[in-house]
Amino acid sequence: MKSKAPAIPYLIWMLFFTVVPLVMVVYYAFTDKSGSFTLNSFVDSLFYTDVFIRSLWIALVSTVICLVIAYPLSYIMSRSNGRTRTAITMMIMLPMWMNFILRIYAWVLLLQNDGLVDTALKIFGLDIPLMGNAGSVILGMVYNYLPFMVLPLHSVMLKIDGSLIEAAKDLGAGKFNVFRKVVFPLSIPGIISGFTVVFVPTASTFLVAQYLGGTGDKMIGDVIENIFQRDKNVGSAISLALMVIILVLVIVMNKFGDEEAAVA
Amino acid sequence: MKKKRKIGSKIYIALVMLFLYLPIAVLILYSFNNGKTSVWKGFTLKWYYELFNNSAIMTSLYNTVIVAVIASIVSTALGTLAAVGIYNMKKPVRTVVTNVSNVPIINPEIVTGVSFMLLFTFLGNIFNFEMGFWTVLIAHISFCTPYVVLNVMPKLRQMDYSIYEAALDLGCNQRQAFMKTVVPEIMPGVISGLLMSFTYSLDDFVITYFTRGARFQTLPIQIYTMLRRRISPTINALSTLLFVVTITILIIVNVREYRAEKARYAKL
Repeated sequence: MKSKAPAIPYLIWMLFFTVVPLVMVVYYAFTDKSGSFTLNSFVDSLFYTDVFIRSLWIALVSTVICLVIAYPLSYIMSRSNGRTRTAITMMIMLPMWMNFILRIYAWVLLLQNDGLVDTALKIFGLDIPLMGNAGSVILGMVYNYLPFMVLPLHSVMLKIDGSLIEAAKDLGAGKFNVFRKVVFPLSIPGIISGFTVVFVPTASTFLVAQYLGGTGDKMIGDVIENIFQRDKNVGSAISLALMVIILVLVIVMNKFGDEEAAVA
Repeated sequence: MKKKRKIGSKIYIALVMLFLYLPIAVLILYSFNNGKTSVWKGFTLKWYYELFNNSAIMTSLYNTVIVAVIASIVSTALGTLAAVGIYNMKKPVRTVVTNVSNVPIINPEIVTGVSFMLLFTFLGNIFNFEMGFWTVLIAHISFCTPYVVLNVMPKLRQMDYSIYEAALDLGCNQRQAFMKTVVPEIMPGVISGLLMSFTYSLDDFVITYFTRGARFQTLPIQIYTMLRRRISPTINALSTLLFVVTITILIIVNVREYRAEKARYAKL
C-alpha cells in the first residue's frame, strides 16, 4: 500500500501517449518540411487570425447565453424538493447521451428549408434564412453545451444555506437585495467553472459550424482539421496557439475560482 | 404571490425542456416518415428495416462496442493502479504527475486528436503500419484513464488509513489487507470510472476521427460519413433506437439505485 510502483505502467503510458504527442506538435510547429528550425508556420498561421478571433467571439457569446438560460434554471432547481430536482437533472442530462453529431443533425432537420420552423414561419409570411449564419452556429453551441453550464451552477447553489437567505429577509432585504448580497456572490465559483467547461469546448469545436453555419462561419477547429490534410507544420502551429490560449484561460479561471471560493 | 412564482418557474422549466427535446422529437418523427424530404408523406418502418440490413452500420456498431469494452477495462485497471501509486507519492512529484495526467482532459479535444495523428503517422512511417483499430484503441485508453484516476483518487483520500493498518495487525499480509480494506473502499470510484470511460469511448468522435486511418469505422464516424453523402432517414431510425436504448439503461440504473437506497433505509 505504501508503494509507488503501481503507478509505473501509467507513467510509461503517459510518457508515450500524452507527453510525446504534444512534443511532436511543438516540433512540427517550429520546423519546416525538411525538418529545420523556422518560425514560418506561425507567420503563415497569422492568416487565420480573424478565424481565431471569430471562434473566441462565438464561444464567448454562446457561453454568456448558456449562463443566462442556465442561471435561473439552476436556481429554481436548487430550491425545489429532492425528487423534482433529480427528475429535472436527469432530463437535462439525457440529451447529452446522444452523440453530438446527432444533436447537431437534429437542428439541421429542424431549421432546414421547408423544415418545421421554416414552414411555421412561412405561415406568418416570414421567409428568413434560418441556417448558414453565425446565429445558427451559436444556437447549436448553446444546445450542445447548456447542460455543462447547469451542473456546476446547480451544485454550487445547492450548497447555499437556506438560513442565510432567511436571515437576509428577516433583516429587511427585499428580493433583489437577497439575490445581490447573498445568492449571487455565493454562486460565483459555479459561474466561473461553468464558464470554463462551456467556453473551452465551444471555442475549439469542429463540425458544428460546418453543419449549421455558412461558408464564412468556419471556426478554428474546422481550419485545423482542414489544414492538416495539406500542411502539418502550419496545422501544428495553429494547434499549439489554440492549446496555449486555452491553457492560460483555464489557469486564470481556476485562480479566480479558488480565490472566490476562499473568500466565501 | 408564492403561487404566481411557482407557475413562473414551471413555465420556465417547460420552455427549457421544449428547447432541449424539440429537435430530438423531430428527429424521431422523421424516422417514421415515408418520404426522403422534410415533407410528411405518411407512416413507415422502412428506414428501420434498411438500418438492420445496412452491413456498414452494423460493422461500425460492433467496432464501437469492442473498442469501448476493451478501452474501458484497460483504462480502469491502469487508472486504478496509477491512483494507488500516485496517492503514495510526495507532494512536488505528485502534483506534476497529476497535472500531466489531466492534460487530455483540459486540452481541446481537437489538439489531442491531432497530436495522436502526428505520433501515429510518424511511427507508421518507421514501422510500416497504418492507423486503424489499434491506434483508435490506444487513443481511447489514453483519454479515458485520466477520468478513472480522477474518480478513484478522492476515494483513496477519504479512506481511513488505520483500517488498512488494523488488517495488517490482525495478521493479513499486505496483499490480503489491500484486497480486504482498500479495494472495497475505492470500489465506487472504480465503478464510476469504468462507466465514464465506457460512455466517453462510445461517444467519441473527434479523437477517433484523427486516429482511425482510412478504413476503420466507429458508429459516430459512420454517422458523420453518412451525413456527408446525403441526408438519409436511416440515420433518424438509428438515432431513435440509440436514444431509446440510452433512456432504458438510464431508467434501469436509476430505479435500481433508488431501490437499493430504499432498502438501506428500511434496514436502518
